[in-house]
Amino acid sequence: MSTERWDLLIIGAGPAGMAGAVTARERGLSVLVVDEAPDAGGHFYRGAGMPAVLREPVLGADVLAGGALIEAFAACGAECRPGTLVWQLTGGEGGEWCAMLAEDQGAGRVCSVQAGAVLLALGAQERPFPVSGWTLPGAMGVGAAQTLMKTQGLVPVPEAVLVGGGPLLYLFAYQLLQAGRRVQALLETSSAGALWAALPRLPRALLGLGQLAKGLRILAALRKAGIPRIRGVGKIEIAGSTCVEGVRFQAGARGGSLATPLVLLHHGFIPAVNLSRSLGCLHDWDPDQFCWRPRVDLWGQSSRPGIWIAGDGAAIAGARTARWKGVLAALDIARAAGRGDAAALRAKALRARLGCLGPQGMVAFTDRLYRPPDWLRRPGDDVVVCRCESVTAGEVRRLVQLGCLGPNQMKAFTRCGMGDCQGRFCGPTVSELLAQAGGRTVAEVGYFRLRPPLKPVPLEAIAAAEAPVERGKFPS
Amino acid sequence: MPPVSLFEPLPGSGEPTVAIQINGQPHQVPAHYTVAAAMLAAGVTACGTRPEGDAQRAPFCLMGLCFECLVEIDGIPNRHGCMTRVSPGMQVRSMHGKPELA
Repeated sequence: MSTERWDLLIIGAGPAGMAGAVTARERGLSVLVVDEAPDAGGHFYRGAGMPAVLREPVLGADVLAGGALIEAFAACGAECRPGTLVWQLTGGEGGEWCAMLAEDQGAGRVCSVQAGAVLLALGAQERPFPVSGWTLPGAMGVGAAQTLMKTQGLVPVPEAVLVGGGPLLYLFAYQLLQAGRRVQALLETSSAGALWAALPRLPRALLGLGQLAKGLRILAALRKAGIPRIRGVGKIEIAGSTCVEGVRFQAGARGGSLATPLVLLHHGFIPAVNLSRSLGCLHDWDPDQFCWRPRVDLWGQSSRPGIWIAGDGAAIAGARTARWKGVLAALDIARAAGRGDAAALRAKALRARLGCLGPQGMVAFTDRLYRPPDWLRRPGDDVVVCRCESVTAGEVRRLVQLGCLGPNQMKAFTRCGMGDCQGRFCGPTVSELLAQAGGRTVAEVGYFRLRPPLKPVPLEAIAAAEAPVERGKFPS
Repeated sequence: MPPVSLFEPLPGSGEPTVAIQINGQPHQVPAHYTVAAAMLAAGVTACGTRPEGDAQRAPFCLMGLCFECLVEIDGIPNRHGCMTRVSPGMQVRSMHGKPELA
């Protein structure tokens, strides 16, 4: 059976992927879009699970603005396959790319598609830093709880405590207020003094005045509702034997604790890099956001010709920027495919770049304001770092003392990063711990080497694949 | 002790519903729920235990990345609870210890 072939394969149907698909279709490219979720739309623009009357007051104009893009995407003529995993991507003969797909989230048919170009629009993953007790049932991400609200209409019990830092902490507490719900308290790792450190970045943030005003409005609403905000907390420990029973913390010179069955953790978002890593694309350590990000040019082209990366999967900057980045990448892909019209390209590119300025300025400001503290980035020895294989920070440090050279040797010794999540939740922390314990920079330490299958797929499904399984060469 | 749910439905978000079974217990859940959401709403706090120990684990990221919500669905182990929508008559079971091969 012959493999189907598309001009452009877009992986991820969020803001960047949808905007990229619409633009590429306008230029006449044939486009296939795959996404793991049961529905297209991505994380930010979700809201279908909410009661209709609550959508506007809770989600706000920013989320609802996605409705027009979702409609344009559905009508643009791109083929969209939700619920589909990409578990391997390889560069085939003559610059063509071959993606191995598994339908029905890996439980269904395995098949392959070919594409002339690939746009990775994988988006972000939430970053809850490892803290003591974070593997207990009842400890989750703030973004996880927000997803439950937006897609399922489920909201946390009022005893829930939000822990960490970043705009989402306030946004989610505010959205719950709008839905007639409350949380017990916010425990924030950044201190009031962080504002002084972030001040030099305020002028650029003013370009995103709307976002800044929204943030201030949200903070005022939380104050008015009397939601307790405890700032500058340290030494966060989630307590409980078989499930979460409370959270302990240090606030200034005093210790504190709150009884709760639900602790929601959050410290910003980081790009999802497993796929671009498996392709051997160059990545840089971002010293501002403390995460790895793929190296891309102004158009989103990665270090591997034929692979473009757009949206939060390239650099965390939010949905509005992601849409523009998706457009820019699609324009460049069309140009590379000989479908570009130079003047129109320049005009649209200028608009896209201007559109990104405000949101990017705002992100730079909040990155500094809610900068994760050192004790959270490099946790204490007793904290489990690798959730899948239960490897502690102490074990990682001990192996460095024994002469362990890097993340991949660490993986072989401890299975750290080798579990189901494939390092998605421990990876950046392991790089930071190795750097600290070995007296090197994180860039020198590097990252796990990623190999397909990028998501678990039953061998039975691979054996039964209709098309031959491409055996790729992967960079070491 | 009856299960205590950590999440509650917003009023008006629950129609229509489907009948599923979670660990042998019947549950009527909104048709748009994922399996992980149905378990959380039903107060089933843990999806099972880790292969290497007896510590209980529960859905964590709800975006298909952490694999803490793997469950057995209609006899097939290691299904992704947060990415799979419920369907009428679905049989969901938590998994304990090392998973069987599919």
